[in-house]
Amino acid sequence: MIPEIGQFALILAFVTAIYQFSVPMYGAWRGDGRLMAVAPAAALLQFGLIALSFACLTMSYIASDFSVQNVFQNSHSDKPLIYKISGVWGNHEGSMLLWVMVLALFGSAVAAFGGNLPPSLKARVIAVQGSISIAFLSFILLTSNPFNRLDPAPIEGQGLNPILQDPALAIHPPLLYCGYVGLSIAFSFAVAALIEGKVDAAWARWVRPWTLAAWMCLTAGIMLGSWWAYYELGWGGWWFWDPVENASFMPWLIATALLHSAIVVEKRNALKVWTILLAILAFSLSLVGTFLVRSGVLTSVHAFAVDPARGVYVLGILCVFIGGALALYAWRAPTIKTGGLFAPISREGALVVNNLLLTAACAAVFIGTLYPLVLESITGDKISVGPPYFNLTFGPLILPLLLLVPIGPLMSWKRADMWAAAQRLWAAALIAIVVGVAAMAWQWRGPWLAPFGAALGAWLIAASVQEMVARTKFTSVPFNVAWARLKGLPGAAWGMMIAHAGVGVMVIGVVGITAWKQEIVTVMKPGDVMQVGSRSVTFLGESPISGPNYSADRGRFSISSGGVEVSEIWSEKRVFKPSNQPTTEVGIEPFIDGDLYVVLGDRAPDNARTIRFYFHPLVWMIWLGTALMFLGGCCSLFDRRYRVGAPKKAKTPIIQPAE
Amino acid sequence: MLRRLALAVVFVLTTLPAAFAVQPDEILSDPELEARARVLSAQMRCLVCQNQSIDDSDAPLAKDLRVLIRERLVQGESNAQVVDYLVSRYGEFVLLKPRFNSRTLLLWGGPFAILLIGSLVIFLRRRKGSGLAVPEQALSADEQARLDDILKSKE
Repeated sequence: MIPEIGQFALILAFVTAIYQFSVPMYGAWRGDGRLMAVAPAAALLQFGLIALSFACLTMSYIASDFSVQNVFQNSHSDKPLIYKISGVWGNHEGSMLLWVMVLALFGSAVAAFGGNLPPSLKARVIAVQGSISIAFLSFILLTSNPFNRLDPAPIEGQGLNPILQDPALAIHPPLLYCGYVGLSIAFSFAVAALIEGKVDAAWARWVRPWTLAAWMCLTAGIMLGSWWAYYELGWGGWWFWDPVENASFMPWLIATALLHSAIVVEKRNALKVWTILLAILAFSLSLVGTFLVRSGVLTSVHAFAVDPARGVYVLGILCVFIGGALALYAWRAPTIKTGGLFAPISREGALVVNNLLLTAACAAVFIGTLYPLVLESITGDKISVGPPYFNLTFGPLILPLLLLVPIGPLMSWKRADMWAAAQRLWAAALIAIVVGVAAMAWQWRGPWLAPFGAALGAWLIAASVQEMVARTKFTSVPFNVAWARLKGLPGAAWGMMIAHAGVGVMVIGVVGITAWKQEIVTVMKPGDVMQVGSRSVTFLGESPISGPNYSADRGRFSISSGGVEVSEIWSEKRVFKPSNQPTTEVGIEPFIDGDLYVVLGDRAPDNARTIRFYFHPLVWMIWLGTALMFLGGCCSLFDRRYRVGAPKKAKTPIIQPAE
Repeated sequence: MLRRLALAVVFVLTTLPAAFAVQPDEILSDPELEARARVLSAQMRCLVCQNQSIDDSDAPLAKDLRVLIRERLVQGESNAQVVDYLVSRYGEFVLLKPRFNSRTLLLWGGPFAILLIGSLVIFLRRRKGSGLAVPEQALSADEQARLDDILKSKE
């Protein structure tokens, strides 16, 4: 009964989406306020119905109702509850249902919180949102129904892939989808603005918080995925330039560019046409990502043929939305008035450079990901494009951007003096050089690029701190005045400084794990000791363990530093019950200078084991850096001027010393 | 062969074991040769895996290739010779870093071409824009009156 309710709710949601698209769009065209006014109710209803459907599927999973094919294929009654729930989106059908639920969630958020939007813009945004729902709901109903029943019902399910049974991976897809799909709002705003023919500062002010929220989810989602790969896949890699990773990284790069260009629209009423294009591109790349991951076209060209209906359907959706939006753009964009002229050397100019480099970097990822596919389908030649390609193309495009990040915010709007801006950063430059030299002295054997990278990271961090000091005049005014100024800084300023510092922190972490990683592969018997960096690790021996749905051999290791035992860690080789699939749990002990990473390998003769030790210097800075970027996004999101409701005047004038 | 390859792909995809890469018995005693072997194997694709280098993969084929690379290096071959040999045996597909030739021209040049074209467009638009040099539209009489009002009320 419950699955049927879910199925029925999904069909109703589809019908609601058609209503949500057609009626408000027609109303906005005719200027009929009553027709436009149905949009919010339709969006909320559509979300309610999809949420009901999603709840039904979740209940089937929790109850282990194996008469539902999807539950049978992806769940098992022995699984811990959290993985029964995460199993809902651990498969194609369920994850598409989550996708449309997030889509409807964002649409209803505009309906609920978009009170200050002009009625026609609001109606059109919600209508465009509805059209995306139509496409994906029909995709689910026609090709990927999660509620298909099995008769007779099997007694036990087939289980979820054990490596997916992990807390980080349980919340990784929902976050990533919030990011992917959140960009649909920017897309809908862009399309609605093109139909209206009007883009102004207010438009940018509405779009920016949505883009920011999506960007934050995408950042957090990508970070969790990367972290999972780091501790789960067993050799401490954190980024592989895997097509599936690239699929989420491309929208992230364009969303980052969009965040920055929307500032120019908001503050200076310039770059409007370009910002619209970025908003379209960001969501288009989300759709491309969905297509690449969902069609299976990337793992192998042949996987595409396994289920052509799905791949072709998503490809169709892709063409309609991207093609349609770009055609609309080509038609309407020339009518949008440009405003706000600026000199090449100015804050606007700096943000243009930012956008140019981010877009080119995204192009490198895009070309590298799709080139083998296109080349094979045209000429039949099979080539591989792997990490070395991305390091050689993405790297040179992103490095100058990172170098310029601190200078941009110091330039003034309209016309700036770059030399003067750069001069204000002498302290940061000095710190960067000192860090670079220190890194070279510390690890002179490593690659030459590493000290440069460390200096670059220090440059970003120091410049952010210096910016904060300069804004509050900490060095020149009394402490309490500076403190008051610090508290009075707008959230967006905090956000920028924290996020830019976060990039610096991350760069240092990346340098650490890439350039200074240590690796030892050896065979050990219980009692053997191995020196890993400055610490020694003793293999204490192994013992059998049994978990809720797996059995394992656990190898225990004791770590001592300077003759004193500091901690004990373990690494396991697990075999999961339903599938007999083996996995490895690595042992990680985080230290301030990096992670000690131990992997239990295969058995060797004489009761010995192959054991791998890694030392990953400063790897925590990668996670801290991305967390700071996320935090910066939070600060910016809570900036007063993005609060829901029309920008209001402060009730009491804020007393601030004159600049 | 293709069938077997496809089967192997399916096998790897369905089991996805944790990667174990280089085994202790493979490591060369000469650290310089071993370092070269590692660099080379990081650039070779494991043919039966999903986007892994042979350095990262624990598939039997990857192990064979790692051993093969080391044997060739010990025999005194240069890095380029080893790469050529692997390409002659497995095709360009084995290279994670595609060679620059007419078929990969767009691959290697594309990103930088986009940067160049973007810069050019911005540059040309600037020149056109500065030629027109009408900074902002003049205020209408109505707006001027409002501005005057605001300025007056401030005083």
